Amino acid sequence: MFLSFFYFLRKSDINVSMDEWLTLMVALKKGLAHSSLTGFYQLCRAILVKSEADFDRFDQLFYEYFKDVHTPEDLPEEFWSWLEDGLEPLDREEGFFADTVMKELPELLETFRKRLEEQKEKHDGGNYWIGTGGTSTQGHSGYHISGIRTGDKGRFRSALQVAGERNFKDFREDQVIDIRQFQVAFRKLRQYSSRIDTRLTELDVEGTIKETSDQGGLLHLVYEKPRKNTVKILLLMDSDGSMMPYSKLCNRLFQAVNQANHFKDLKVYYFHNCIYEHLYRTPLCKRNDWVATDWVLSNLGEDYKVVLVGDATMARSELFMKGGNCILGMYNEELGIEWLKKFKRRYKNSIWLNPISEREWPYVYGAETIEEISEVFPMFELTLDGLDKGIKKLLTK
Amino acid sequence: MTGKKTYQGSSDYVVTEELMNAVNVAIALEKPLLIKGEPGTGKTMLAESIAKALNMELLIWSIKSTTKAQEGLYTYDTVQRLYDSQFGEGNVGDIKQYIKLGKLGEAFVSEKQPVLLIDEIDKADLEFPNDLLWELDKMEFYIPETKETVQARIRPIVIITSNAEKELPDAFLRRCIFHYIAFPEPEKMEEIVRVHFDDVNQELLNQAMDTFYRIRQMKNIQKLPSTSELLDWLQALALVGIDVQKIGEEIPFVGVLLKKNQDIEVMYEIKEKGYSLRNW
Repeated sequence: MFLSFFYFLRKSDINVSMDEWLTLMVALKKGLAHSSLTGFYQLCRAILVKSEADFDRFDQLFYEYFKDVHTPEDLPEEFWSWLEDGLEPLDREEGFFADTVMKELPELLETFRKRLEEQKEKHDGGNYWIGTGGTSTQGHSGYHISGIRTGDKGRFRSALQVAGERNFKDFREDQVIDIRQFQVAFRKLRQYSSRIDTRLTELDVEGTIKETSDQGGLLHLVYEKPRKNTVKILLLMDSDGSMMPYSKLCNRLFQAVNQANHFKDLKVYYFHNCIYEHLYRTPLCKRNDWVATDWVLSNLGEDYKVVLVGDATMARSELFMKGGNCILGMYNEELGIEWLKKFKRRYKNSIWLNPISEREWPYVYGAETIEEISEVFPMFELTLDGLDKGIKKLLTK
Repeated sequence: MTGKKTYQGSSDYVVTEELMNAVNVAIALEKPLLIKGEPGTGKTMLAESIAKALNMELLIWSIKSTTKAQEGLYTYDTVQRLYDSQFGEGNVGDIKQYIKLGKLGEAFVSEKQPVLLIDEIDKADLEFPNDLLWELDKMEFYIPETKETVQARIRPIVIITSNAEKELPDAFLRRCIFHYIAFPEPEKMEEIVRVHFDDVNQELLNQAMDTFYRIRQMKNIQKLPSTSELLDWLQALALVGIDVQKIGEEIPFVGVLLKKNQDIEVMYEIKEKGYSLRNW
């Protein structure tokens, strides 16, 4: 019963499994929804949604599905079948919707969505690139559905070119490239320690023999801690349109890091030119598929080593203006440069790898921002040599 | 409600209706209840409150980064057995005496239905929750050494807490009922404070709460003060008998609220710049 809601949720990002759905059915049968829509809402959320990050999305969907329900008669057929004992008056108005959905959806988001849709269509037409009149002084706040923004006067690229192709799919898509050299470089990034927080789990054979003989043959087992690499890596990659020409190089780097299984932990997030309130989970940089930058800063301990990869070329405003974020509708209260400094403050060992070769840094578009950023992070070019130097920097205390 | 046992909160724990419902759903469906929320929102205390309200025994299995799933079931003390065999002590042939049940095992064999709290499950290894899927589903496990199956007589009420340090595996999440304890609004907070101190000076409370929520809105602070810190702070303020008006300006005992030097600096910086709290 009630399957349409199930498929509606599944269709829209909330991945409800069959098991969970059946659990919900059992719960309904047991009368756990208390015959009210609020009760039903709470029950659904407790059983179907497993992360607070999805709550907002769920609220929206729930609202969308039940929004036309004003009187009990409006409820779908199936609803009636389990609400046998007469309905309480619907509490939609003063209850959770008013609080969670209506207020928290700023108008801004709505306009953003509308514009995005409009733009998508025009893109399909093939020759229209929306100038969004963003706040960037360079006037190049183009926006593409897959999250690619382009620099206006890039050396190798034009907006149209970049927007048409969609090269920045997941870095993870395996490509057979020789990444061995990078891998070898990363091998050097290790700090072995047996002073890790673990138990004595490995039998120390020599110690055991010695102790047992010392005790005149009485068995005495000696254990030691396993030696493990303690290096934790936080990799932050720029997935902006202007990084396009270097995608192969970055790809190789990513593969090398990803395949190196000797790190204690590896976290990868993506950003768009500069870091603001959010870090994206995929290189597509889709809204909502992100984590709060503050969350990363407070949850990843200061022992992480941070590797930022990006060309560091952007409009000055993206670093030094409120609202400099080049993505439409993503107003940032805090300056981009401040966000970068926060990372530097938190993680002593951090480097910036730049795919543009060092010789060209003073001459390329964005030379100014390259300079500004390299004052925050030690910057190295993304070559074997540069990587080697960078890794040395990461290992210094 | 058809269930025999329903949870209504207890005298020393303020519970929202949503949370109460989530607990009752978990009890009725016999599924583990996964509780997430900021540190200090009373996740662990929930289990205590349930045990108290329903008059059940509370078993706590607190997870550390080194905890293995196996330890919750049972441990087999091979070394003791080796030693015993060397000295000819004890009945070495009886493996049973070298098997010690863990918290999960204890909960299974308990005569009466207990509340089992698996505290801070995200502290453990990434695979840890997956290793417990079968045991939590079927409420039984097998001990190969003695060829015995330990099976729950009555399914315990399982409460699992997580600080969201690590993502939990999907397969595990699918089997749980989930509730997120949101940070309490000022009104709820006042209720909570009243549960802990019944005779707190209203003006002191107002000033302190005002300052507290102002600090919480400073986004640059890494470790935001939580409920338990507010309670400690109130206690400190009340003990010393500070001038109520000065709380907001001077923020005495700031170390009770903010535990990191960096945060304290940031807080003063923001305060000095005189930014109104809305901007931060």
